[in-house]
Amino acid sequence: MNRPIRKIAAALAVLFAAIFLNLNYVQVVKGSDYRNAAGNKRVLLNEYASPRGAIVVQGTNIAVSKQTDDELKYLRKYPDGPVYAPVTGYYSYVYGRSGIEQAEDDVLSGNDPRLFGTQLSSLLTGRNPKGGSVELTLNKAAQRAAYNAMKDSSGKMRRGAVVALDPTTGAILALVSTPSYDPSVLSSHNANAITRAWQNLNNRRSQPMLDRALRQLYPPGSTFKVIVSAAALKNGYKPDTKVFAPVGYWPFQPKKTSACPSNAASSCVQNFEGESCASGTQATLEFALAKSCNTAFAALAVNRIGGSKIADMAKAFGFATPYSDTNNPPDFCDPPALEIPLPVCSSTVGSAGDLDDPGSLSHTAFGQQDAKMTPLQAAMISSAVANDGVLMKPYLVARELSPNLSTLSRTQPSQLSQVLSPDLDAQLQQMMESVVTAPEGTGGPAAITDIPGVTVGGKTGTADTGLYSKSAKTQPDAWFTGFALKNGEAKIAVAVILENAGVSGDEVTGGLAAAPVAKAVMEAYLKSGGGH
Amino acid sequence: MSTLSPLLRVPKRRGVELLMLLFAVAIVVAAEGVVEATRDGHLSSRLITYGAVPVVVGLVTHLVIRKVAPYADPLLLPIVVLLNGLGLVMIHRLDLGLAQQARQNGGTFNDPAAPTQVVWTALGVAVFIALIVIVRDHRTLQRYSYTLALAGLILLILPSVLPARFSEVNGARIWIRVAGFSIQPGEFAKILLTIFGAAYLVAKRDVLSLAGRRVGAKIGSRFIGLDLPRGRDFGPLLLAWLVCIGVLVRGHDLGTSLMFFGLFIVLLYAATERASWVFVGLALFAVGAYVAYQLFGTVQTRVEVWLHPFAQLTQAQINAGIDPYYQLKQSLYGLGTGGIFGSGLGNGHPELVPLPSTDYIISSFGEELGLFGLIGLLVLYVLFVVRGLSAALAVRDAFGKLLATGLSFLFALQLFVVVAGVTRLLPETGLTTPFLSYGGSSLIGSYALLALLLRISDAARRPATTPPAKAVKSEAVTTS
Repeated sequence: MNRPIRKIAAALAVLFAAIFLNLNYVQVVKGSDYRNAAGNKRVLLNEYASPRGAIVVQGTNIAVSKQTDDELKYLRKYPDGPVYAPVTGYYSYVYGRSGIEQAEDDVLSGNDPRLFGTQLSSLLTGRNPKGGSVELTLNKAAQRAAYNAMKDSSGKMRRGAVVALDPTTGAILALVSTPSYDPSVLSSHNANAITRAWQNLNNRRSQPMLDRALRQLYPPGSTFKVIVSAAALKNGYKPDTKVFAPVGYWPFQPKKTSACPSNAASSCVQNFEGESCASGTQATLEFALAKSCNTAFAALAVNRIGGSKIADMAKAFGFATPYSDTNNPPDFCDPPALEIPLPVCSSTVGSAGDLDDPGSLSHTAFGQQDAKMTPLQAAMISSAVANDGVLMKPYLVARELSPNLSTLSRTQPSQLSQVLSPDLDAQLQQMMESVVTAPEGTGGPAAITDIPGVTVGGKTGTADTGLYSKSAKTQPDAWFTGFALKNGEAKIAVAVILENAGVSGDEVTGGLAAAPVAKAVMEAYLKSGGGH
Repeated sequence: MSTLSPLLRVPKRRGVELLMLLFAVAIVVAAEGVVEATRDGHLSSRLITYGAVPVVVGLVTHLVIRKVAPYADPLLLPIVVLLNGLGLVMIHRLDLGLAQQARQNGGTFNDPAAPTQVVWTALGVAVFIALIVIVRDHRTLQRYSYTLALAGLILLILPSVLPARFSEVNGARIWIRVAGFSIQPGEFAKILLTIFGAAYLVAKRDVLSLAGRRVGAKIGSRFIGLDLPRGRDFGPLLLAWLVCIGVLVRGHDLGTSLMFFGLFIVLLYAATERASWVFVGLALFAVGAYVAYQLFGTVQTRVEVWLHPFAQLTQAQINAGIDPYYQLKQSLYGLGTGGIFGSGLGNGHPELVPLPSTDYIISSFGEELGLFGLIGLLVLYVLFVVRGLSAALAVRDAFGKLLATGLSFLFALQLFVVVAGVTRLLPETGLTTPFLSYGGSSLIGSYALLALLLRISDAARRPATTPPAKAVKSEAVTTS
């Protein structure tokens, strides 16, 4: 009977060998993945044993660790929680981290290798190791103004987002997503309270924890006409070039000018309530942009410029390359298009097929069909136009600081692309200023008149979401993207989206809703002395 | 003894055992000291309490073995004392962690497991002493094999026929709960049925492997196929096995079911020396696993968790507050965070894994002692199995061989299934780790297993007290 016993022993040896190999895999090969997984609270619990660094905006802490009496020695507090939540994210021992708390975790927790020197000394002196702090590029006045401007007349938060950039550097001046939440409720030391708060936040239909500014894609609507205009200017058009602007544009009968039928299934493009653009079937490019004539841009895109040049221009502004399969769009948020250091979803002009097909392209030309962008992307459009055609890479972290406040790193502004030459860009700037100043312009509510030397340009949008609620089409989203110059110098670029704030087909409503928010942000920033 | 010839003077090696026991006690006391220093910043009187457990267990069992099983294997007992002691230290350490967790959540923790485990240890030692004193020769067990089988089956069936409120814990009906006292009778049934299986197969091995029909075909000069035994020889064993499986499936305890399956195949193979049984068994296992997967939602969930432990929760799961992935995920996070060297005893957060002191005690050790510590711990188990199988090889009688093989295999398979489950090598089955895990039935059952293995190892090394000539003959049998 000894022979089978030896064989059984050999079989058991194989089983144990499998266990030993697998333990090496789990604990060594995958060890750091598991250690740093977002759902792993262990590292977090150890971090609570030492003070975490602060997140700072212009000298004010927007996230700070306070000493407590309970087991977790430090409590994370967010003094102005909801205003800054889309930036700070949360720091919760139940749900891990998000936002800057996640992206800058190494510095904040003190685990960054650059902090090794201070860690060693705290080890020797027996004090708790401290985390470094992170200084953001945000401007308090702009951020506060953006948040407050998202309230409706009764003080209730409207759904939407605001992003403001310094066009010359790409520094993010304001980043607001509403309705927001207070990350303090997730960073408390009471697991039950945290769980309840988390479930409550996740169950709300308004999705307060969604970072709309960076992680939500909206159809750009008429704001996309800025990109089509840029492509036109690059191809020899001038602001005063007359373009074809029929009452109805028929993509498959490009010379036809008659109004569209009321039949919704038709691919025919029309303006608000089927009205004409200018008198007759012609308008200047500048007029078409100011009045936001859909037919003019549809005709321009299909008859003249073509989809590939528009896609190239959109790419220069930061959009992704068109995807290949119309019916199978890729995951726009993974991998992210940008890390600022928060991950930003890719904006898209749609599929290559969309841009080849006259029916689809005629709708992409005014930001519908499959085109989608993030509010940050909308701000980047105005930023590039304001900055002589140079698109700077947006960034949120100005400096990383060691616990003794010496600088670990300072973000150097970097250029993403040159969308237009400076002289062509000057023409586009002028066209966007007309949107705000011209009598036919849709962006009038963004005008700033009480600060000398300031000019404002922009573009409105009233974007059909294509979504239905209770079998009725939802109200369109209201967009505004624009910039303010002071004495001819670019100071601030702002994008605003208000979900479902427009009236279907009415180009003016987007401007009426979103432009005042942009104005409030620009005004607050300029008056606070920012960018002087 | 002095009259025996030098050839037969086999060292008893009790001194080695005592030395190893001291070594085991030192490790346990040091571990408890580290836990207290880390958690409280100072040593407390609990160090004496928990340090005394391995001292008393080691001393008492050592003295009993000296008296009634002087030739027993000298390593088995120190390994058990070390495992039991370290398990107790970890259970105590988890009590401290869970208490802190409860305070943070605004609750109180008033159900410490370590003191209860001390009581279970005492009961385990009592069962150990009773068994090794009463069973002076393991071969006497053969005489009671049918009685023991009946007792085993009753223990196995009892929870399934009792009302659920007496038998159900976490969806598995494998308990008997009376007056706040709960036992898992399957832990004892395993051992009783191993004894029966060994005795039965020893009695029938010849008819099983020789009489019967051949099913298969002759290809060239080789016969490919199976030798099927006669139904009347094989019937009782198959019946016992079917009852086990049926009961376990009804009780939703698939881990123990797997144990019986493995045990059944191995005993049959060791008795008949026919590898074809292994293939038939594995095929039956595949069918059983497939049927269980189709029939039971719990099996499907465990396989799903095993395949995709990091899957996103569905909205329905979030709304219901159910996270089937949580436990395995936390186990892997703990093991990964522990890494190569571990966080150190008392420094990690093993309490984050649900059931850290029972099903998942291996990941608690993996987190705090790291890969090095965990492998060290597993090597103790390997040594235990190796010593058990050596006793099987060395013992002279077939029943002893089969019983020692069965018990060692049971022990090894259980450990494999547990570790494979918590490290995502296999789907989790919900078994305890012998000697380490919290739990009375598991600990008492393991001590009973230890008593039987020591008894067999004692018989294996004990020189025959017959004249030299005959003794030499019996040695020749040993090496056959």
